Formats: sequence, C-alpha cells, structure tokens
Amino acid sequence: MVRRKLMGRLAPYLLVLPGWLWLVIFFVIPVIAMLSLSTQTGDLIDGFTQTFHWQNYLDGWNEYHVEFIRSVIYGAIATILCIVIGYPVAYWIAFRGGHRKSSLLFLLLLPFFVSFVIRVVSWQFMLADNGIILEPLKAIHLLPADFHILATATAVVGGLTYNFVPFMILPIYVALERIHPEVMEAAGDLYATRRAAFRRVVLPLSMPGVFAGVLLTFVPAAADYVNASILGGTDQTMIGNVIETEYFTNTNYPMASALSFILMAALLIGVFIYAKVLGTREVLDMAVA
Amino acid sequence: MSTTIEASSTATSGAVAPPPTVHKVRRGWLLPTWGWIVIVWLASPVIVMIVFGFNNTSGKFNIQWQGFTLTWYRNLFVIPQLTDSLITSIEISVIVTIIATALGTLMGFALGRYRIRGAGSINLVMFANIAAPEVALGAALLSLFLTIGFPLGFWSIVIVQVMFSIAYVAVTVRARMAGLAPSVEEAARDLGAGPIVTFFRVTIPMITPGIMAGALLTFALSIDDYIITSFNAGSTVTFPLWVFGAARTGVPPQVNVMGTLIFAFGVVLAAIGFVTGRRKKRQLDGE
Amino acid sequence: MTDTMGSNNPGEHPQMSPDWLRGLLMPRVSRRMALQAGGASALALALSACGVAGVKAAQSTPSSPSAPAPTSVAGGATSAADAGSSSSSAATTSTTADVNAAYWAAQTKTGEFNFANWPLYIDVNPNNKNDHPSIDLFTQQTGIKVNYSEVIQDDAPFFGKIRPQLAAGQYCGYDLMVITNGIYLTLLIELGYLTPLDQSKMTNFYANASSAVKNPSFDPGNVHSMAWQSGITGIGYNPKLVGRKITSWQDLLDPKFKGKIGMFADNEDLPNAALCAIGVDPATSTQADWQKAVAWLQKGKPLVRQYYHQDYIQPLSRGDIWVSMAWSGDIFQANASGANLEFVVPEEGAPIWTDNMCIAKGAEHPLDAMTYMDFVYEPKIAAMLAEAINYITPVRSAKTFIEADAAKATGSDKASLQQLASSPLIFPPQDELSRLHYYRVLTQAELKTWNAMFEPIYQS
Repeated sequence: MVRRKLMGRLAPYLLVLPGWLWLVIFFVIPVIAMLSLSTQTGDLIDGFTQTFHWQNYLDGWNEYHVEFIRSVIYGAIATILCIVIGYPVAYWIAFRGGHRKSSLLFLLLLPFFVSFVIRVVSWQFMLADNGIILEPLKAIHLLPADFHILATATAVVGGLTYNFVPFMILPIYVALERIHPEVMEAAGDLYATRRAAFRRVVLPLSMPGVFAGVLLTFVPAAADYVNASILGGTDQTMIGNVIETEYFTNTNYPMASALSFILMAALLIGVFIYAKVLGTREVLDMAVA
Repeated sequence: MSTTIEASSTATSGAVAPPPTVHKVRRGWLLPTWGWIVIVWLASPVIVMIVFGFNNTSGKFNIQWQGFTLTWYRNLFVIPQLTDSLITSIEISVIVTIIATALGTLMGFALGRYRIRGAGSINLVMFANIAAPEVALGAALLSLFLTIGFPLGFWSIVIVQVMFSIAYVAVTVRARMAGLAPSVEEAARDLGAGPIVTFFRVTIPMITPGIMAGALLTFALSIDDYIITSFNAGSTVTFPLWVFGAARTGVPPQVNVMGTLIFAFGVVLAAIGFVTGRRKKRQLDGE
Repeated sequence: MTDTMGSNNPGEHPQMSPDWLRGLLMPRVSRRMALQAGGASALALALSACGVAGVKAAQSTPSSPSAPAPTSVAGGATSAADAGSSSSSAATTSTTADVNAAYWAAQTKTGEFNFANWPLYIDVNPNNKNDHPSIDLFTQQTGIKVNYSEVIQDDAPFFGKIRPQLAAGQYCGYDLMVITNGIYLTLLIELGYLTPLDQSKMTNFYANASSAVKNPSFDPGNVHSMAWQSGITGIGYNPKLVGRKITSWQDLLDPKFKGKIGMFADNEDLPNAALCAIGVDPATSTQADWQKAVAWLQKGKPLVRQYYHQDYIQPLSRGDIWVSMAWSGDIFQANASGANLEFVVPEEGAPIWTDNMCIAKGAEHPLDAMTYMDFVYEPKIAAMLAEAINYITPVRSAKTFIEADAAKATGSDKASLQQLASSPLIFPPQDELSRLHYYRVLTQAELKTWNAMFEPIYQS
C-alpha cells in the first residue's frame, strides 16, 4: 500500500520526465551552448576558444542592427496585415458560416497542405516581372514597363503575411466560436447599436485569440529568412539571413551565436512580457487549440 | 494544417456545445466577398503549382505555358535525389510523430491531471520553446552538435524536430485534459482497475482527440520544416531542402506533381476526417 | 560547456591528421604484412576486409583520441605498403605519401559513389534532363553507379554544410565534390579535410590534362585535386532587353539598367570581378585596391536588383534582370534550354577560376570516385562534357573529338559543334588567357579584412 502510494506520488513526475529531459537536453542546454559559443573567439584553422569576449554582442549589434530593426518592422507589418486580413475572415466564418463553417475553414487551410518552400517559390514565379500577374497589367499600360514587385519590401512582407495568416485566422476563429450567441443577444438587447455590441462584447472576448495569433505570427515572421531570400532584393536582408550567412558562409560561429542569442532573447522577452500581461496558459492554449 | 481543424473542432465540441441558434447578424455582402477573396488569394500559388505540373515544358525552366502533358506524372520518379528526399522526409516525419506524440502525451496528461512541483518552470520552458524563433532554435542545436561532435544527418533532424514538437503535443493534450472530469477515472479505479489499466483503458480513449490533433500537428510541422532542419541536416536532404536548392536554378515539374499529390493526399485525409466527424456529430445531435 | 570547440575536438587540428591516419593504418598494414606471407589468396581476402575496416576506422578517429603512432612505426610499415600496392611508385617519397599509398591500397571498389556537383555542370540527355550520358557511359564501363546530385550552390554554403561532419571525422555524405580554387578549397586542404589522391590512378590525367591544370598553384602536385572545368566570371545579358552590346564591367553600372542588374553575392567572384573592373589584377591587389573596388561596388549598389548565388540564372533567363555577373557556361546552358542570352568577357579582364574534383576525408567510396575522376580525363569524355556545358575544358585534346563530332554532324548541330571547337570560352587562346586573372589568394588575417570590406555590399 505504501509502495503504491509512493508510486502514485511519483507517477506524474515519471510521466513528465522523458519529455522534460528531451526539452532540457535539446533545447535548454543548446541555448546554453550557444551562449558559450557566442563569447568565444578564433577561427576555423585555430579553433574557437572561450575568452568571454562579450564584445561579439556589441559588434553584432553595431554591424547588423539595421537588419534587426528591419526584421522587427517586417514582422510587425506582416502581423498587423494578418489581423486586418484575417479577423474579418474569422468573423465571417464564425458568425456567418452557418452549417458551412467547417467547409469554409477547410477551404481556407487547404493551400497549407503544400510545402512552405513550394508556396514561396510559387509566389516568386507568379510575381515575376513579366509573369502571369504583372505581364497583363503591363500590356494594358496599367503599370509602367519597369515596374516590379520581386526584390522589394512589398514582396517580402507580402510573402510573410501570406504564409502566416492562417496562424492568425485560426485562434481568432476559435475565440469567436466560443462566444455564446446568448451573449450576443443580450448585448443586442442592452445596447442600441451593432457597432457598440461588437466593440464592447465581441472584440474583447476575441482578444485572447488575437493575442495568440500575434504570438504565432510575429515571432516566426520576424525570424524568417526564406521569404527574404526568395522574394527579396538587396535591401531586404533580414536577421535570419545574416545568421544563416554567419554560420554557413563565414563559419563565424561566435558571431552567429551572438546574433541568434540577441534575436531569441529580444523576441522571448517581448513575448514573456506580453504573456505575463495576458496569462501564459491562456495564450498558449488558445494558440494551440 | 489539418490538425488545426481537428484541434479547433475539438475545442468547440469540448466546450458546452452552443445550441444551433439563429444569429441576428446583418446579411451584408462585404464580409463574404472579403472572405472569398482571401480564400482565392491563399489558394492561388497552389493552383499555379498544380497547373504547371501539367506543363509541357522543354527547357530547364518551368516558366511559360507550353501545352498540356502528363509526362511529369509518368516520370515522377526519374530524379533519384528528389524521390530520395521525399522518402527521407516521410521517414523522418513518421519517426518524429511517434516519439513526439508519445513523450508529449505523457507530459500533457501529467500536467493536466496532477499538481506537479516545478510545473511553472516546465510551462516556462514549453512556452519559450514554442515562442522561440526557428532560426535561433536551429542555430542553438547546431551549436550543441558542433560542440559535442554529434553527427549531423538523419538522426540530428529527428532530434530537433521532436524537440520543437513535444511542447505542441503536450499543450494540446493538456488542453483536452482540462475539459475532462477526473471522476470517470476514479470510477474505474473504484471498480478495481489499476492505474496502468485505467490509463490505457479509460484515460487514453478520452484524450484521443487531443492526441490525434497533436500527432497531426507534429507530422505537419515536421514534414514541412525548412529553417530548423536546414541548420542541422548535414548532407541529408529532406523534401523542402531539395526544393529550396532546386529553386535556385529552376524547379523541375516533378516537384509540382509531388506537391499536387501531397496536396491531394492531405485533402482526402482531411475530407475523410471531416465526413466522419460530421457523421459522429449528427449521431450525437440525434441522441 | 566552456571547452573550446577546437581543443575539444582533435579533428580541428589539421597538423594532426596525418598522424592519426598513420596511427590508424599501421596496425592494419602490419597485419596485412603478416597475412601477405600466408599467400596471395589470403592477401586478397585481407585486402577486402581491411578496405572496409580502414574507411570505418578513419571515420571514427576523432572520437578515439588515441595517441598518434610514432613515426618510426610508420617508417617500418612503408615497405609493406609498397609491397602491398603494385603501383605506388608514382607517389612522391615522403612518409605522408606512403601512408597515403597504404590508405589507397586498403580501398576496394564498392560499386557506387556519391558525387556533389554544381547545377548546370554536366551533360544531359536532351530527352531526359536527369540522365547524364557521360555518367551512363562510366557506369557501363566500370559497373560503378554514380549518385549524382547538384547540391553545391556556392562554395561557402556548401563548405559550411559539410564542415561540421568533416571536423568530426565523419563521412560528409559525398565522396567526390567539386570545389572552386580559392578560400574554401584552401581551407579544406589546410584543415586536412581532403583525402590525398592516388597518383597512380591518374593515368589519363597525366596523359591528357592541359598544362594549365597540372600542378596548379593552389594545389601543388595535384595532391588533393583534379580540375573538373575552368570558367570565367564575366557578364551575361539579354541582348533584346539591353538593346546594345555589352563590353565592359562599367556597363553593370549603367543607370539605364537600374533595377535590372544582378551581381554575385559572394566573397570571391564579386570582389575579384570588381578588382578587374577597376583595372587591377586581383592576384597582386593591395588593401588600397580593395577599398577602391568596394567604392566601385557601392556606386553600383543602388542600381543592383539583387546579389545572387547560382540563382541569378533564372531571373536572367526570365527577364527579371537584364544584365548580370555570370559564369560562362551557365549562359550557354540556359540558351540550350530556351533562353536567349549572351556572354561577354569584359575588356578590362575577368576572373578565371578552376573547379576541382576532390575526395572528402572519410569518404566511403574513395576508389570508385578516384576511378571516375580519371575517367573524365579521357579526351572523348572531356569532349562530351565540353560540348554540353561550354566551360574551359581541362583536356585540350578534346578539341579533336569535338571536331570529329562536328564532321559527323549535319545542319545546325554541325555549325554549333564547329563553333564549339573554336570557342574561346572552351579553348581560350593565349592572348585571351592573359586578360584572365585568378582569384586573390588570402591569408586568414587578410580574409577577415576582405570579408569585413566586401560583405556589407551583398549582405545588408
């Protein structure tokens, strides 16, 4: 009986243990390893030595703060666009979808069965200077002949918005779905205007969904480099591209680690403050559910 | 992405089901128009991909429409590297899904059912894991692998992908647990079932929708991952990595075909889930 | 965690690698020596057994930090190695060479190998773009299957990808890879990441290779590499869109082409081309020259649409860019698949480079790769490749074969083959060669400065 009790008390920990270990070994420790690598100096030939060279961080920031700021701005614009585009769609499906709700949602998500990389490449193809979108517009002189979208910030932000909009629509939809119609009715009884009902009832109730959506959209958008490298041009390099180059082209591991660490720390601190204000679990549950 | 549908329907059915009522919403045309525009916008690159899988292109570049052909469907597997990459991707995703689902389910179950000391830090780590930028995750793992000299390749990819999937599964399962009353399990135990029997015969079936959602999400994340995988792949080439490389000189039409087939597979899978879900719901409604 | 990457891992120390190799191979060689006495059949048996073991062991070296074998042991084994391999006489007489001979003696044919190459860099069957006739021929003749993949987009990222595995002493997934002379080939050699070639298996090479690729400055004695092709970094353009002849690097700075100009995004072609553009021979350039080259590039930056790797060829063919830094053969291949582009060696001169076949350390199929490397030095094969990819062939006698093919051919094929046989891009005449400059060779310290100066151009 005693043994059983002990087992009972230990069981939860045993259940958590394997997953927890995996996360610690392959997530927590790597972050520490990265931190360690980020303050080393040296090169490939001589090897890298730990010298607690925190200067790497300063150098990294000085050299690449433009890319950092650009990434945050692109991520933010893409996130805002996702809300602007996605909220009405989520609202439409949640309140006007009727019995077609699931079908509409399904239709919306269909394209995302196709690989991320293929979708970006497909956009590159469609947006080509003389491609299937611009060519006709140029032919009827709606656009000047030298107009182009590829290799501009528009293309990159557009690509980011496109790729992350479902992560905005879904949590908002889930949040809206949970609003009981009675609440709406009560609001309708109490408030005169529809607009007021939306502003005072629907919008606040859907905010957890929006917050979850922001979390799921902003971080990956700001750290993405695939869109920038396929759709971008000379002045659209994002911090993800820089980190990739530092790792693979320059094999400057300390610098690459320092930049990754700055990026991760900046985004995580932001996210934590954000989550603290809103409640970690709520945001997380909403994000995944 | 199919997961998310699952998950969201789970969430809805988990909550107290709202009675089918008539919303008093204005029947404007603006909202549906917008909705359909967005749907078309989201689908456009996929439509282009499907169409150009039938393009009778002759050069290296699949750019201009040159007539209809089924050649690429017939010669789907003539690029050995492409075929290998797809097989590699599927193998990795299956392994990752099994491991991550198992570990994540146990974790989510324990977190949802028991009060665990240190749950706070576990939550924190899981949250950080989900919220961390992919490029930093990939880079961090690479740093570790470099430091300890772990070989990059198939298994390093499996490790990283499990790493970024566990938390998703755990959170999904935990969310499901939150909607369940422990009384059923207690009842089972009162009837003489041991904890292990209870777990497998009672708990698992109850949280199966959550587990399935987590597993599907993991599979989707895994098979599509580019950024984290590219950092830790060594010379192993997964499907997204191959396509990204090929994109630099021209994606062969076989990629369009494979994309189309994967797409079709996803559609069929989701449609089946959708239809059965509906039938179940109808049965429930009928009761 | 505070351990350094370098000291943690012996694989980082290039100077140690010959020692390990020695330490590793010695016991096996002596075992072989013993077996040799047992008779020829026993030897054959042992050879095949050793072959596998040798490769495997070489792979696992870094994880076993055993003390390197003393040199005297290596010396003792020399005779065994020599006796074991019938044809190691071609090798030079240093100890390393003996170890190398022993290594090669221990290798056996595996029937396949993995080949990492660049895109658009081999002949293709016109009916099936994924079939390569020269490779088919090789497989037919030798029974060795070639797993051919075009995974190299640029030297730097490829090096970055395989480096961790090579450093750990693991098989990097490729036996044969094609690396451009320059920073990364030098790094690979200096770090000891390449398997020295078996000079005795380079008969075609020594018989047919043109003098330009024999004993090159970046790899004296062809210890680690054999040229695959050489090429020129010049300008590729779309004559219809540009509307005039392009002759000079300065055309890349023509404001008329604003937003339609492409340049390379790397630390070799871009800087070296820029040095040529300002009239400096890159090979003898000084830091002051670099500064000027950077200024030239900065001036062009607002006009440039994008800095590309291998991916420039698609927008160029498509018309998204009109004029771009380009590799000679790419333009030819793009035209072969429907584009209508021209390539020019600018009047100021241009960078010339050689891409080299080399065998990665820890290769699992080195002998098969070695066989292939020499195979492409058959003039007939070299001609096949030259006809298809239009780069400077390392085998001048390929010309006769191209001429012969031209004589046999009819119509437009005949004309184009005749043109090929006299093409300065495949067989550059002497005066043309004098306008072409090899990349600047950089020390590690110089490389840091160089990167710091040029990287902001393409990475911002």
